Amino acid sequence: MSDKPGGIDIPMNERTNEEWLADLRGPDKDQAITDLREILVRGLSYSLSTRTRGDIDSLVEDFAQDALVKILANLDTFRGESKLTTWAQKIAIRVAYTELRRKRWQDIALEDLLPEDSGPDFTPAILTDPEAGPEQQATQQMILETVMRLIQENLTERQKTAIQAVMGGGMPLEVVAERMGTNRNALYKMIHDARKRLKRELHAEGLTTEDIMAAFDNA
Amino acid sequence: MELNAEVLKKMTRAIASTRDEEIGCDDCFEFVDIFVEAKLQGKNPEEAMPLVEAHLNRCANCQDEFEALLDAIKATSDDPD
Repeated sequence: MSDKPGGIDIPMNERTNEEWLADLRGPDKDQAITDLREILVRGLSYSLSTRTRGDIDSLVEDFAQDALVKILANLDTFRGESKLTTWAQKIAIRVAYTELRRKRWQDIALEDLLPEDSGPDFTPAILTDPEAGPEQQATQQMILETVMRLIQENLTERQKTAIQAVMGGGMPLEVVAERMGTNRNALYKMIHDARKRLKRELHAEGLTTEDIMAAFDNA
Repeated sequence: MELNAEVLKKMTRAIASTRDEEIGCDDCFEFVDIFVEAKLQGKNPEEAMPLVEAHLNRCANCQDEFEALLDAIKATSDDPD
């Protein structure tokens, strides 16, 4: 056991899952929690150091603490299909990323990502691949115009807002979900429902997946 | 509201690759630790867990977290490659 912060001989995955569970629930849980926190801090420090600018030490400590609270509250849901430490780090990564995304996007409103009314000048022709031959360009334009019409006819404003924010604005799902009063999973399903609906409508108009793929191959 | 032009193109590609059966972020999160361990053991989780693989390919947020978890596990593993 080492108490060196960032040391290389910290207790890593020495316990079995059963031992972790027993220790985290038992009379010596303080030591087990300390050991688990060290693992979370080390994992977060490494994975965030390559993805986040600036001093991350205090952030990592906060994320590890928040994750520990969740982990300890959810020990009963651990099914033992992975190592407990992998499961715990999964939760820590989710906690960290959720918070980092929230902070990064906190000053950007959903409305900022929506296009201004494009009016009659909008034309999918500008999207066709200039390298494609005239026939392929015509097919691309026809498909894009059809998709645009089907979107207007079949999707709700809520679906269109979500799609524009995620696909156009690059806003993370969970941030969009929070602004729209839903959650990440429900938002994914809302967009999936929209894609399925449009795929069905395209098929009904005689456009298959293969047609679309072929038209936009390398485009 | 009309979607802007680039989104329309991305959406068209996304529609083409849409499957009736896709898992959401919650199910992906449920299994991603098993997926990561299999990956690090040199197994082929993409074949064993195709719905997780498909979700990771489609969802940038889950993909980011998967890659971060992969790095974190490598950094805390007793038996690094």
